[in-house]
Amino acid sequence: MSKDIRIKKGLDINLVGASELSTSKAVLSNVYAIKLDDFHGITPKMLLKEGAEVKAGEPLFYSKANEKMLFVSPVSGELVEIERGARRRILRLKILADKTQEVVEHKKLDLVKASGQDIKDALLKSGCWPFVKQRPYDVIADPNTTPKAIFISGYATAPLAADLDYVLKGKEEELQTAITALGKLTPGKIHVSVGASGNSPLSGLKGIELHTVSGPHPAGLVGTQINKIDPINKGELVWTVSPQDLVIIGEYLNTGKFNAERIVALAGSSVKSPKYYSTKIGAEISTFLYASGVNDENFRVINGDVLTGSKSAPDGHLGFYNNTVTVIPEGNDYELFGWNKPVFNKVSTTRALTFSWLQPKKKYDLTTNTNGEHRAFVVTGQYEEVFPMDIYPLQLLKACMVKDLDEMEQLGLYEVAPEDFSLTEFICISKQPHQKIIREGLDLLQKEIG
Amino acid sequence: MHELKMKYQGKKMAPAFNAFHTFLFTPNETTHGGTHVKAADDLKRTMNTVIMALIPVLLFSMFNAGYQHYAAIDAANGTPRSLSFFENFLTWDNFWIGIIKVLPLVVVSYGVGLIVEFIFAVIKGHEVEEGYLVTGMLVPLIVPVDTPLWMLAVAVVFGVVIGKEVFGGTGMNILNPALTIRAFLFFAYPTWMSGDKVWVHGAVERAGGPDAISGETILGSLAQNAEVSYSVSDMFFGFIPGSVGETSTLLILIGGLFLIFSKIASWRIMLSAVIGSLVMGLIFNQVVEMGWITETSKFYGLMSFEFWKHLIVGGLAFGIVYMATDPVTGSQTNRGKWIYGFFIGFISVMIRVFNPAYPEGVFLAILLMNVFAPTIDHYVVQANVKRRMKRFKNAVVLPKDTDGKAEELKVETV
Repeated sequence: MSKDIRIKKGLDINLVGASELSTSKAVLSNVYAIKLDDFHGITPKMLLKEGAEVKAGEPLFYSKANEKMLFVSPVSGELVEIERGARRRILRLKILADKTQEVVEHKKLDLVKASGQDIKDALLKSGCWPFVKQRPYDVIADPNTTPKAIFISGYATAPLAADLDYVLKGKEEELQTAITALGKLTPGKIHVSVGASGNSPLSGLKGIELHTVSGPHPAGLVGTQINKIDPINKGELVWTVSPQDLVIIGEYLNTGKFNAERIVALAGSSVKSPKYYSTKIGAEISTFLYASGVNDENFRVINGDVLTGSKSAPDGHLGFYNNTVTVIPEGNDYELFGWNKPVFNKVSTTRALTFSWLQPKKKYDLTTNTNGEHRAFVVTGQYEEVFPMDIYPLQLLKACMVKDLDEMEQLGLYEVAPEDFSLTEFICISKQPHQKIIREGLDLLQKEIG
Repeated sequence: MHELKMKYQGKKMAPAFNAFHTFLFTPNETTHGGTHVKAADDLKRTMNTVIMALIPVLLFSMFNAGYQHYAAIDAANGTPRSLSFFENFLTWDNFWIGIIKVLPLVVVSYGVGLIVEFIFAVIKGHEVEEGYLVTGMLVPLIVPVDTPLWMLAVAVVFGVVIGKEVFGGTGMNILNPALTIRAFLFFAYPTWMSGDKVWVHGAVERAGGPDAISGETILGSLAQNAEVSYSVSDMFFGFIPGSVGETSTLLILIGGLFLIFSKIASWRIMLSAVIGSLVMGLIFNQVVEMGWITETSKFYGLMSFEFWKHLIVGGLAFGIVYMATDPVTGSQTNRGKWIYGFFIGFISVMIRVFNPAYPEGVFLAILLMNVFAPTIDHYVVQANVKRRMKRFKNAVVLPKDTDGKAEELKVETV
């Protein structure tokens, strides 16, 4: 039986450039890259040297904290470069792909007989484990722990995010395998949520607790759903997996092969014909960006959606967790008296001579301009309007800024991830970096309390 | 301009220059990390909206300054004038008094305040924040019209430095800076800030002479148990003496509705403050009704003043709409705002009635509640924390598997 979650507080940011529901095959990328920034909190230990030959699914490095946690190559080829930054920190691993792909084959697991530990080991050695993330702290799950529940959000509400109903179509088999396997890793439930109006392949799966979600963004964020279904308390753990990563997990368990293929939504107002592309993790973004065409030269490529994604470039590479690439115009120009003119072409939650409240359905072409400068927190009561969790957002942000561990705990930092503060960051009048503040707060809490 | 900005970048005077630049242009700054798009509002727009809500009040006050001046002269000559909006209110003579008396207050308030802000911005090396834009407009509207300019300048320096900058600037202050300035004036120069002379232009300098005029406010008259000669419509529309901008309840109401509509100011604070003041007013009315105090009591005049009229005389309406709603110094939680607003209204009327020397309490009530706002918020937030702690008792804390099978994957490090 499904349960309804209705979110009232929030804001849908309607942007120009939604992807058309058709998928093309992207040109094969020559070079693939794994970005270490995608794996927050992981210190990599390399297994291969520059110049080594790898197969698809072969481990490239492991986590210093847990040497069983392997990170694998999406393709077969030559590890051509280990890009390092300050203090020799590894930034990116670049793999020059072979013409013919060779894939590591693992022994298939008998899911009926396999124990939880068997499944964990299988996921760890195949490189699928990093898809499983945990809360608190929003990091890759620690395989030595057991979560009280696992949450999967099959409903994407972020602006221009890939339509999960569309990209998961026909993947029921893989999804079911992955769900069955994950079910052995927790004594609790697997909570799966789908959009109330959609027709999600997830809704027919067995072994899940189905929830239907409706309402504006952030209704689709898994953090919002956890807060409404079964909030995290101190000491508790929940795991989250995004549904497209479930497909990779499921396919691996079915075939014994790690297949980095995924359907990606290319969206945004700078794209001439936004649509879906099937490509691989780590592929160069230009391999499909220019197939759709771009409107002018002054644009920004974002790995992910406009609220939570990371800045990239046409020669950047698709992130490990991303299923959306957004391209929007850069807003690096001045506007005369921009602060007191009536505004018709930008989104706002106030009505201070901003008129987006007149046309809630209108689609906007937003740029990356900050529309103002960074200031101290001044206005209050604004974040609460778009923040559906039972948490005081402003107070929690301030607790993180002053590094008050007790208060961070008490105000509910265990329940949130940076992405939960993306909408408050978007509307913030003081242009404060909420997600960064929360990230730093989480890192501090994890370091001090663990 | 852009080249100049780049030239000054990193220099000591950069914040001062940037302030001018950002006044003219929305900066070309783009997002980096975090959300890649941002909503249209910034602090300047927010502050500007409040100023827009204050402009009608300012214009009205300029006319009223002149009107009260000439009306008082007429009254002193024994020919009380009757108000005619177009004939003797909206006149150049009245406006001229406004220009020579009210406008200088605005200029001095902004000039001095912004100089202090610029100096602090340059010393501390941060950007000039917009907080003073509203404060600078509020200050001239809450002082008596004849306030000497040097006095105002001193008070502004005090208010901005002690009320705001020592706490760390905009967003960090505990007390409303505009009210800190007002309180400073009140306690440092009480003879200029209270009494029956200061509220009408010219009353002070003519005092004692043959052409003396009255400069008394309604509350002042009531405090002395005197008759009030103004009609309810005069009180509501604002054709009465008082601090520069506080008189017109109608325009304040319009400004307040505009602020609520634009979602800039909190309707919770405004509504609960109105309720609070009505409740206190009703209590006092009831005391009079029950015959607990006699007509000779010095509180009789104000206590018997009908409860709802408190809202249309004095600075209560102005305080509720423009001062109590200051988000920095007020309560920050929505539930806290109800409590905070209620007590502002409640205490305002109480101080009004019980303060024999100066029959006005709004600014003291708001400053008092400014101090209590963090406490209110603390208890509101604690309720949320308690809920979380209660849930915590049922937490499902699962043990780590330490007995994890050691199927060591033989790995070699480079």
